[in-house]
Amino acid sequence: MSASSTATPAQVTLPNSLRSGPDGRGWFGEFGGRFVAETLMPLILELEEAYRAAQADPSFQKELAFYYKDYVGRPSPLWFARRLTESLGGAKIYLKREELNHTGSHKLNNVMGQILVARRMGKTRIVAETGAGQHGVATATVCALFGLKCTVYMGATDVERQKPNVFRMNLLGAEVRPVTAGAGTLKDAMNEAMRDWVANVEDTYFLVGTVAGPHPYPEMVRDFQSVIGTETKAQILEAEGRLPDAIVAAIGGGSNAMGIFHPFLDDVDVKLIGAEAAGLGLDSGKTAASVSRGRPGVLHGNRTYLLQNADGQIDEAHSISAGLDYPGIGPEHSWLNDIGRVEYVGVTDQEALEAFQLCSRQEGILPALESAHALAHVIKIAPTMGKDQIIVMNLSGRGDKDIFTVAKHVGVEL
Amino acid sequence: MSRIQARFEALKAEGRGALIPYLQAYDPDLETSLALLKAMPEAGADIIEVGVPFSDPSADGPTIQLAAQRGLKAGATLAGVLEMVQRFREHDQSTPIVLMGYLNPIHTYGADAFCRDAAQAGVDGVILVDLPTEEAQWLRPHAEAHGLDIIALVAPNTTHERLVHVLREASGFVYYVSITGITGTASASAEQLAAAVPKVKAVTSVPVAIGFGISTPEQARVASQIGDAAVVASTLIRTLAGTLVDGKATGQTVPAVTQQISALAAAVRGV
Ligand SMILES: Cc1ncc(COP(=O)(O)O)c(C=O)c1O
Repeated sequence: MSASSTATPAQVTLPNSLRSGPDGRGWFGEFGGRFVAETLMPLILELEEAYRAAQADPSFQKELAFYYKDYVGRPSPLWFARRLTESLGGAKIYLKREELNHTGSHKLNNVMGQILVARRMGKTRIVAETGAGQHGVATATVCALFGLKCTVYMGATDVERQKPNVFRMNLLGAEVRPVTAGAGTLKDAMNEAMRDWVANVEDTYFLVGTVAGPHPYPEMVRDFQSVIGTETKAQILEAEGRLPDAIVAAIGGGSNAMGIFHPFLDDVDVKLIGAEAAGLGLDSGKTAASVSRGRPGVLHGNRTYLLQNADGQIDEAHSISAGLDYPGIGPEHSWLNDIGRVEYVGVTDQEALEAFQLCSRQEGILPALESAHALAHVIKIAPTMGKDQIIVMNLSGRGDKDIFTVAKHVGVEL
Repeated sequence: MSRIQARFEALKAEGRGALIPYLQAYDPDLETSLALLKAMPEAGADIIEVGVPFSDPSADGPTIQLAAQRGLKAGATLAGVLEMVQRFREHDQSTPIVLMGYLNPIHTYGADAFCRDAAQAGVDGVILVDLPTEEAQWLRPHAEAHGLDIIALVAPNTTHERLVHVLREASGFVYYVSITGITGTASASAEQLAAAVPKVKAVTSVPVAIGFGISTPEQARVASQIGDAAVVASTLIRTLAGTLVDGKATGQTVPAVTQQISALAAAVRGV
């Protein structure tokens, strides 16, 4: 659908760098674009202009670096998981500790960047969508920090399964609006946030939580999250004197994965693996594995892999993890899949639950159920690799928010 | 000359604007919505907008969202909607039909296959909420090849430069979204319309239809005079929904909606 031809992956002429996308119209190969209502077009064009100006402004970069360090708590450590490594008996496993960021996940990296852009644009009200509530909490946090009005849309199902985060958002002064349409999960929250935005174009900034949506969101969110990969590169070089053999990250919309992958895209010897939520199993019909079980389509402003039926109606996703429960994926991932640079694998609810418990017992870290999907894949591949090989896993968030879900699944009443 | 063009020229000769009522296909079931579609011209519809149900109608308010859900539950597919239009065309060859919806079902169907089949079924134009000018090249050559108008949308916050850009290739008519917001919520005032619509008309020669937030006969009359047509949607769907029992059509469903269309048509015709 882009200006580029409909080349099959093998025919794509790769640019000199895999890190140069998107093109000027927001396309990563055949994915991305700006599929929004005309009412939103002026807003995303204005946002693009504001973001370009911020990128070019050293004082913006300085301000962002200040908040990353003193408010978010960056850099996050790269932890060598000794017990996990020993018990799996293969590759050395490092965990990039994004769960140690303020508010407990990688989400604040993006939110911190976007809120500074929103302030430059003079916006006074913020709307956001949230699934697990981590993005909502991060957004509510910076709105409190800067005294901005904050409305967070959250699917009613997610409100139920992520209660602690709903209360946290309330404590931070945000209004959480439950969305009952559809299955009451992330995609429905996204629809509702877009409806709010279109009705409040004057003062409202839509703070998208992942590398999806109309251009320039996928690029901008990736840029802000790339701090993860940039730090990782320096840290692994310092610890091991070389780059890792593989990097594994969980995929919801794909922001923590894009953040850690992007600085490594041109290091072709580093294998990049995205763990999609397979739910009850890739072939169960109850998954959130957009790349593995979807096909290209258009939703929420971009062309990308989507779970959909034969008529182009969007399917409900399923995952035990609210943060992965989304039928789409950021467009850059769709492109990276089609050119074969990143491998996308499925991890079931059950595998994630087991990984959650293993990480808790062996490393003393309760991982978010989202991150536990990445860990489950590490558990599969580490034993097949040599002891001299290295895996880095993005530990995107902490698991405290998930203890109720996990308790239910292991039959404990809290 | 296209059906849309012919209709606007005929109305111009009559000295009035058009009434464009909307229905969601398959709401609450295929036969009822087809019966309603067939009854609309008689009730005073000059052009008809047929909504194609979509799972994620992110520019629509609750009224149309629920209508889409009912339509999908009743088994609506894009192919089914085209068939419905074809059955309408067996009775009516002159009333223009414009499909309104979201891109993904058409993306799935395929740009050329869709334009070919839609034109063959008797569809005259398409309004795709999430296909802005910037991305419309995907569909435009196929639409042109099959004589289908892509109806451009503009909004109160569309700048003059953008109006020029968006309307450069306008055909059929232009849809002026009269509020910044979703369907079935707020309304623009007559003063706001009178200030905004001439700016649109200044950059294009195709007729301008005004939609979003038009629910009373008086609002329809004003819009059809300031612009060239008034689109009325959510209020008709609310009326339809009010006649359903357990989500099913009743004997009241079609008459209730057509009566409301008649009242709107009377106002637009100045009778
Ligand atoms: C801890 C954590 N990891 C991962 C995700 C998935 O999002 P993304 O794929 O954008 O990183 C979420 C989303 O809520 C999350 O909270």
